[in-house]
Amino acid sequence: MSIHWFKYSSPQTFYPLAGKMIPWFAWLATIFLVAGLYISFAIAPTDFQQGEAYRIIFVHVPAAWMSMVIYIVMAAWAALGLALNARLSAMMAQALAPTGAIFTLLALVTGSLWGKPMWGAWWVWDARLTSELILLFLYLGFIALQSSIDDPRRADRAGALLALVGVVNVPIIYFSVKWWNTLHQGSSINMGAAPKMAMTMLTGMLLMALAFWMYTIAVALMRVRCIMLERERSSDWVKALSVGVKS
Amino acid sequence: MNNAWLTVLKRDLLLALRRRSDVATTLFFFLIVSSLFPLGIGPEPAVLSSIAPGVLWVAALLAGMISLTRLFAADFEDGSLEQMLLAPQPLTLLVTAKVFAHWLVCGLPVVLLAPLIGLQYALPGDALLVLVWALLLGTPALSLIGAIGAALTLGVRGSGLLVALLVLPLYIPVLIFGAGAVAASQNGMSAQAHLSLLAACSLLALVLAPMATAAALKVSVE
Repeated sequence: MSIHWFKYSSPQTFYPLAGKMIPWFAWLATIFLVAGLYISFAIAPTDFQQGEAYRIIFVHVPAAWMSMVIYIVMAAWAALGLALNARLSAMMAQALAPTGAIFTLLALVTGSLWGKPMWGAWWVWDARLTSELILLFLYLGFIALQSSIDDPRRADRAGALLALVGVVNVPIIYFSVKWWNTLHQGSSINMGAAPKMAMTMLTGMLLMALAFWMYTIAVALMRVRCIMLERERSSDWVKALSVGVKS
Repeated sequence: MNNAWLTVLKRDLLLALRRRSDVATTLFFFLIVSSLFPLGIGPEPAVLSSIAPGVLWVAALLAGMISLTRLFAADFEDGSLEQMLLAPQPLTLLVTAKVFAHWLVCGLPVVLLAPLIGLQYALPGDALLVLVWALLLGTPALSLIGAIGAALTLGVRGSGLLVALLVLPLYIPVLIFGAGAVAASQNGMSAQAHLSLLAACSLLALVLAPMATAAALKVSVE
């Protein structure tokens, strides 16, 4: 039996599939979010040093994770689009960028809300905050470049190259900023070492991270559907769709 | 291959010599930006020498950046860029020659002028020497990384501002190590580590950036 690996790499076949997948991911996001928020705000114990204010990390840490993961996923789609010359991959990269930028901004804002009671300042030029800010600039550069090029194929490829250059640079930027100055507390979760935080806190954080994942997938699929319709507006399948809507 | 590299280099240098005002603009920009800071902050030598490494490096970054849009634009307009894409020699090589010419025209003058401005900022002799070394090792990376941005935004509307948005975040490591080298020598520490890292940045950029630039040019020209 042969498998059609590339069946869903065409917008025409992916459009209905994405439409079917969106509600699932949206529901999963809602369920994880409700569970995660309940555990974070009702069940997780108050921190003996930081009081109630620490609870913002249940949003902050998953948002910061997502901001980095989305950039890598975006670059991976972009690389796939460049290598295989696949339209849909480039569209996925384009669809992920705004969500990544929003999570980066969310991580920055929640970080500064947490920093005020903890460090006594809204903003501190510390390594992680600064590299998160630079990540936001990288997202904005990607979005700006894509939106200023009118030809969609050229925009796809130029954006893909920029995303790849960014991915190579992210570790260099991260370490340069880290050596430059560091004040941030160590990682909340270290692979290999036993987690220092209470189990309920960890559960809450992981549930929130899952919720953000599902949200990202749902929103990216919605956005990619819009991009597909816009790009392929003169193709037969989009025309057939719009006729179906009218009748 | 060496022949093609030298030909492109000579051609670009000749073009730059025929339009000397372009070179002068970059240099004057560097001068003006670095003269604005004392006017805004005040003339105390202690304050000035403590901000000097950062200010001079930021001014050098900006000066290098404003000249980037010219890197490929003229060749793109008169069609010689297309000929370079069609040439049998690898595009990566030709790009390296163009970037080297850009560095000789826009980067090197800034390196040579920097100690003079460093004196105005009351930098001591050792720090001035480190400043020159740091700029000499770091500015090639700026030209190389900047070329990627210039190639990506070729012929795009508002390309001047777009280049800034794309390229400045990527310049940050060079800025940190470059200003760090001068600051370390001011504080009586060895600048060796920073200078080594700067050289590493430039070498890494020399390997990777021309490939990315060549790919970006192919995207932009087709």
